Amino acid sequence: MRELALHLLDIAENSVAAQATTIEISVDEDRQADRLKLAVVDDGRGMNEQLVARVIDPFVTSRTTRKVGLGIPLLKEAAEICDGYLRITSAVGKGTRLEAEFRRSHIDRMPLGDLPSTMLTLVVAFPAIHWLFRYRVDEAEFVFDDEPIKHELGDIPMSEPSILTFIRETLEQGVAGVQTEVSERIA
Amino acid sequence: MATVKSLEDLKRLKEEALEKRKARATTGKAQVIVGMGTCGIAAGARETMKAILDTIETGNLDGIVVTQTGCIGRCEWEPIVEVLAGDQPKVIYGKVTPAKAQQIMKEHVVGGKVVSEYVLPA
Repeated sequence: MRELALHLLDIAENSVAAQATTIEISVDEDRQADRLKLAVVDDGRGMNEQLVARVIDPFVTSRTTRKVGLGIPLLKEAAEICDGYLRITSAVGKGTRLEAEFRRSHIDRMPLGDLPSTMLTLVVAFPAIHWLFRYRVDEAEFVFDDEPIKHELGDIPMSEPSILTFIRETLEQGVAGVQTEVSERIA
Repeated sequence: MATVKSLEDLKRLKEEALEKRKARATTGKAQVIVGMGTCGIAAGARETMKAILDTIETGNLDGIVVTQTGCIGRCEWEPIVEVLAGDQPKVIYGKVTPAKAQQIMKEHVVGGKVVSEYVLPA
């Protein structure tokens, strides 16, 4: 994968498969400490210690269509070559938290990529899930909670053209806003 | 910080969507499903999904439900897109690039004609 945003999409799919009802995705960049941290937190069915150990190993999956799951090992490797780590804490029946941290300035660190597209894809494709996105660079922060939007929409689907435009622009402007705020502070 | 769109805007869009729904004849709803397993994502499924959503926005196509599915075990054909339109049985397309996705949206989802050259061999 070429973008951290694609990894986030992939990891979030695991949370969906684990029947989560609320999924929080966050990207936290600390330029002073030179760290970039990704987190996906869900309230899905969770895993016991053995399963956590096994999903980090490439040749494990709970899916039955294929016997190999590669999403988590790929991200783990990407983090580790950038002086980072991947950590999973999980409790059966409670949920799972996956964190991956990178040295932000590491030459091999993948670009963040198209975060708004990842978010839009998840929000539109899984309307039954409550999505929370948090993107932070130093003190600049964008938080997106799809609950007020869905509450307002009622039974109007997210894939209606004007609603799609609304959500896409909200996400794009929110992410761009954080990046503008940070670059203005440097200037 | 850029001006964040308000819930007031959303309220207005919702009213418009409700009006449109009233005006619309009960045409057959279409469902478009994009494969988003690790294999699909690595093969470019998010860009395919984006092209589908863009087509809905620019063509002002309402009544289309877009969802996703995990790996269906045919990773070598990803990105995979499934289309359920009208009373026709489900059609599965393989190696759907953004350009092919736009074509499928126009010809099959809107026009009702299966794009047979991209259909996955059984």
